[in-house]
Amino acid sequence: MPHRIEITLKDQVRDPRGERIKREIEHFLHLEVAEVRTIDVYTVDAALTAEQLEAAAAGPFCDPVIQEYSIDQAAAKDFDYVIEVGFRPGVTDNVGRTAAEAIGYLIGKPLAAGEAVYTSVQYLLKGALSEADAKKIATGLLCNTLIQRYQIVDAATFAAQGGIAAFVPKVSGETKAAVNEIELEVSDEELMRISRDGVLALTLDEMKIIQAHYRDPEVRKVRAEVGLGARPTDVELEALAQTWSEHCKHKIFSADVEYVDENGNKEEIKSLFKSFIQRTTADVRKALGEKDYCLSVFKDNAGVIRFNDDWSLVFKVETHNSPSALDPYGGALTGIVGVNRDPFGTGMGAKLIFNTDVFCFADPFYDKELPSRLLHPRRIYEGVVEGVEHGGNKSGIPTVNGSLVFDERFAGKPLVFCGTAGIMPAKIQGEPSHEKKILPGDVIVMTGGRIGKDGIHGATFSSEELNENSPVSAVQIGDPITQKRMFDFLIRARDKRLYRFITDNGAGGLSSSIGEMSEECGGCKLDLALAPLKYPGLNPWEILISEAQERMSLAIPPACLDEFLAMAKRFGVEATVLGTFTDSGVFHILYGDKTVAYLPLSFMHAGLPPMRIPARWEPPKNAEPKLEPAADYTGDLNALLSSLNICSKESVVRRYDHEVQGGSVVKPFTGVANDGPSDAAVHRPILDSFEAVVVGHGIVPRYSDIDAYHMAANAIDEGLRNYVAVGGSLDLVAGLDNFCWCDPVLSERTPDGPYKMAQLVRANKALYDYCLAFSLPLISGKDSMKNDFYDGNVKISIPPTLLFSVIGKMEDARKAVTMDVKRPGDLVYLLGATADELGGSEYYALKGAVGNHVPKVDAQAALATYSGYHAALEQGLVASCHDLSDGGLAVAAAESAFAGGFGVAIDLCQVPFKGDKAGRSDAVLLFSESASRLLVTVRPEKAASFEACLKGTTFAKIGEVSVDPIVTMEGINGGIVVSADLDQLKESWQSPLREL
Amino acid sequence: MTKAKALVITGNGTNCENEAAHACRLGGFDEARIAHISELMSGEVRLDDYHFLNLTGGFLDGDDLGSAKAQANRLKNATVEGKSERLVEQISRFIADGKLILGVCNGFQLLVKMGMLPALGGDYLKQSVTLTYNNAGRFQDRWCYLKCDASSPSLYTAGISQGIYLPVRHGEGKFLVDTQATLDAIESKHLACLKYSDSQYTAPTMEFPENPNGSVNAIAGICDETGRIMGLMPHPEAFVHRTQHPRWTREELPEEGDGLIFFRNAAQYIKKTF
Repeated sequence: MPHRIEITLKDQVRDPRGERIKREIEHFLHLEVAEVRTIDVYTVDAALTAEQLEAAAAGPFCDPVIQEYSIDQAAAKDFDYVIEVGFRPGVTDNVGRTAAEAIGYLIGKPLAAGEAVYTSVQYLLKGALSEADAKKIATGLLCNTLIQRYQIVDAATFAAQGGIAAFVPKVSGETKAAVNEIELEVSDEELMRISRDGVLALTLDEMKIIQAHYRDPEVRKVRAEVGLGARPTDVELEALAQTWSEHCKHKIFSADVEYVDENGNKEEIKSLFKSFIQRTTADVRKALGEKDYCLSVFKDNAGVIRFNDDWSLVFKVETHNSPSALDPYGGALTGIVGVNRDPFGTGMGAKLIFNTDVFCFADPFYDKELPSRLLHPRRIYEGVVEGVEHGGNKSGIPTVNGSLVFDERFAGKPLVFCGTAGIMPAKIQGEPSHEKKILPGDVIVMTGGRIGKDGIHGATFSSEELNENSPVSAVQIGDPITQKRMFDFLIRARDKRLYRFITDNGAGGLSSSIGEMSEECGGCKLDLALAPLKYPGLNPWEILISEAQERMSLAIPPACLDEFLAMAKRFGVEATVLGTFTDSGVFHILYGDKTVAYLPLSFMHAGLPPMRIPARWEPPKNAEPKLEPAADYTGDLNALLSSLNICSKESVVRRYDHEVQGGSVVKPFTGVANDGPSDAAVHRPILDSFEAVVVGHGIVPRYSDIDAYHMAANAIDEGLRNYVAVGGSLDLVAGLDNFCWCDPVLSERTPDGPYKMAQLVRANKALYDYCLAFSLPLISGKDSMKNDFYDGNVKISIPPTLLFSVIGKMEDARKAVTMDVKRPGDLVYLLGATADELGGSEYYALKGAVGNHVPKVDAQAALATYSGYHAALEQGLVASCHDLSDGGLAVAAAESAFAGGFGVAIDLCQVPFKGDKAGRSDAVLLFSESASRLLVTVRPEKAASFEACLKGTTFAKIGEVSVDPIVTMEGINGGIVVSADLDQLKESWQSPLREL
Repeated sequence: MTKAKALVITGNGTNCENEAAHACRLGGFDEARIAHISELMSGEVRLDDYHFLNLTGGFLDGDDLGSAKAQANRLKNATVEGKSERLVEQISRFIADGKLILGVCNGFQLLVKMGMLPALGGDYLKQSVTLTYNNAGRFQDRWCYLKCDASSPSLYTAGISQGIYLPVRHGEGKFLVDTQATLDAIESKHLACLKYSDSQYTAPTMEFPENPNGSVNAIAGICDETGRIMGLMPHPEAFVHRTQHPRWTREELPEEGDGLIFFRNAAQYIKKTF
């Protein structure tokens, strides 16, 4: 019989968790509550003696200084409603798992199979609330009903029934090991029903290709020999659906595209990925020649470049959008711990040195109707921020760089980009660490977490738009500690070279990881019955495709197997032999001694012909706003500083540990009060060296409303500009592209597919043009192509978005530069030219317009500026540098000034302008977002040397740092057009998100 | 002279082992060994062979039962493989031998939850204080000014003139006591060696964000009565070089960071004593 142990805070102890819930109920649901207190509940479903229960409650579960415990007796008192929230059966319960382990130490042996501890939380609400209010609080704030269950009990009922009865959310079921065969000799409609009902996300063409395969007499003959019928098993069909999913196969980036531009010129593109992304890197590497520093690009889980003779640098950025839309906390947590596995599963495995994160949300203060099923942007914001906080902080990886981008369309799907960099010895026992192979006969071993029903169909579900019926099981909750334990073990096994190959289990689970590994050596033979399960009741196909977290797949030479398994046991990490790699040419899956899938690798990985997608480019014609010149722009500057895209994100950033591992050199916040926004991060991965990694990024989805070509160009330039500003070197730098698009494939639901596809083509063209010009090899990336919401009535498509991450090296971290002005009397320089390019700007957004004059990047001019600036930085001539981006010169100057605690006086007449003079106005000079510009301050005695470094580029001295704590800007007609106190500017910038 | 040997325990969610070992080496330790907890439990590594035990930052067991609770339970109950000796007995012997323990952040949480701090009256296994959720209810990464009590017995803070500047990075750093008598004893014996203060180190403060968590009497770190065992929420290992300071690009700072003195004092004490 299960027991409930309830842990309460002593009466006089503050309950910050309860206080926070109270604040959120008031802010968010507009309900008044007098008080919220919380109780932790452990439901112990194990055969323990009364003494053992007591010891658990009094020992590991309770802190005697501030808490009290009760066993099988309701502790709640003095409330009007109690809401208890726990997990649904099968959802990962990390605290429950740790509690069970703690009991194991107490009683001297682990809990028996089937025994477990389940956790829940009671929220005691006091106040004049109705039952309906309590329900609103439960479903609107406390409980995500997808993964959690709740009970609401009023005080009278609670007293009458003596509390809340113990409930055990155990997954019940027996392993039947059922394998079904699916009849494909059916009508087209029926084929599509099979795909849809099974969340296979296979198109009719794909279903017909599969149908044809099973009709082949040769195939049938071979199948008969292994005891399989002519029809596919569910295991096979699921494996194919995973392998061929947009998520895994990138069908849109591999498609044949017919692109027609605005003048009717046609272009045939065979695979955007090959034509633009791979070609970019190939051409850059060719141009670099002997100086090429790329070691492993596009073929592994992450890209690898050289760091120095002894170390290689690894980087990957992923997205986790669809799961975050359904369960923001779990989705984002899984996003960060999931991307951690990419560098760890690259080459022989890298030590993780930092995370980056970029979130795109709708306005958290959104107050209009939302389609059902969509969570409020504020909940998404809270959940995602907390998920990444837990994932990053608990893993001991500093979060060093990121941003928050807001646009109403991200209500349809939030974008959650998570990046992780790692470092690995260039060689391990004499062999290059970025290379790996598998030999037939190597043993298939899975390490880490167990397999459950969590995360089934993640890969296929994210390959469709979000809809009413998106599956619950697609959501997973990550467990950073299980993963951390596994990494602690594997990195030691790596240094002993106990394995030959490692990769992660992400989308598609074992089906994908073992499927891809099998290609390395030519086949596999794997027994699903050997896989460790969280609970019984999983069918073979579920075991194969489950995306349960914290698992790596390895190929182990037979001679190393015993040592590997013994070491895993010592480190408390589960490692299980699942089979062997072969050269049979077949993906051969058994359950016990029965074959359940027998797929030729040639069919699995090459059976799919490319899609054909039309693309038609018609430049949009947006209304061009007519702005009357004003005498004063101070109000506009304050309003811009308060806009969501520009305002301070400090309340989020401080929740992320950005300093663990001790390598932090340029932190997210800097300046006299540690609160100015840094452009990029500088991080020393090796503590007794001053060589540093620099990382920055660019993202400007707004510009897609004008032209995705320039959206991409500006994202690339912004990423590089941020990187260069703090001191990143142009001699060792690489880029990562993450495309998040709305569905660009023409269909009934997407009649504007050709336009969206043309936007994608244009963004890719920009990627090639600019990365080649900047000598920026692309080393890795990812695409997420179905970022739409559709419920049959309302369709919300995100603005096409490219996140461009830049990573590279700085030889001496002690030369890094931050964005805060340093001392009065320093001269203010503006590098780069300003043009009439307010199209898509934050300034136009403030005025309710988009416009057409999008910033255009002049790569050669930019490169000259960046090279000259870097030379000056190397010589120690730069006091501060801040990049100009959202909000233009005025915002950058204000930020640098209030970060440094000194004023600046700027003369707009001095700002170098390019283009038709008719477009030169105070508003343009203040707020235009023209690319490739940096605001630099320099000590007067260093000015001459500084100017010499920049010779031949466009730049000008535009002002001076002043003792007076004010920002002033003199307009082109001589009057002061901006004048504001630093305190006022900083308050405008800090207030909007301070309380979130 | 004795070779000063430091041990940094890692595993189950400890995160700061590399920078802690680095700080030990910079501070003058001849050896700084990072040992996984499984190496202690298997008997491969013996605590007895070291002088200075570092219990450093991280999220032991994910803070799942409250910070460090699960590890405290593990150390108290788990036995060393093939022996009947529990790890806690090894640690008690280590203390009795006059050796040093520094707990930082999660390590401080572990020490108080095992009862090893403040250990009034020399009872190292009775918990009387705790560290719990910050008043703001959120994790915080920010730098804090810490006023040092020059009369404290802590050997780690000896020589700090007024105070030091270090980062805190925690969600559960609010220091609380079981009774007023405990707090009175901590204060009268000068065991609260570091307190959150204003930037001039004039007085302890209860104001956020200078006091980032709402600790009673602004207590950031305490030691036992011998001064050999100390725990603190701020991270001394995170400030051993000027480039780790948030304002190093604008202030004239010495090469060495404020946190290094902890490790230098420990190394000197060991070389002098053993």
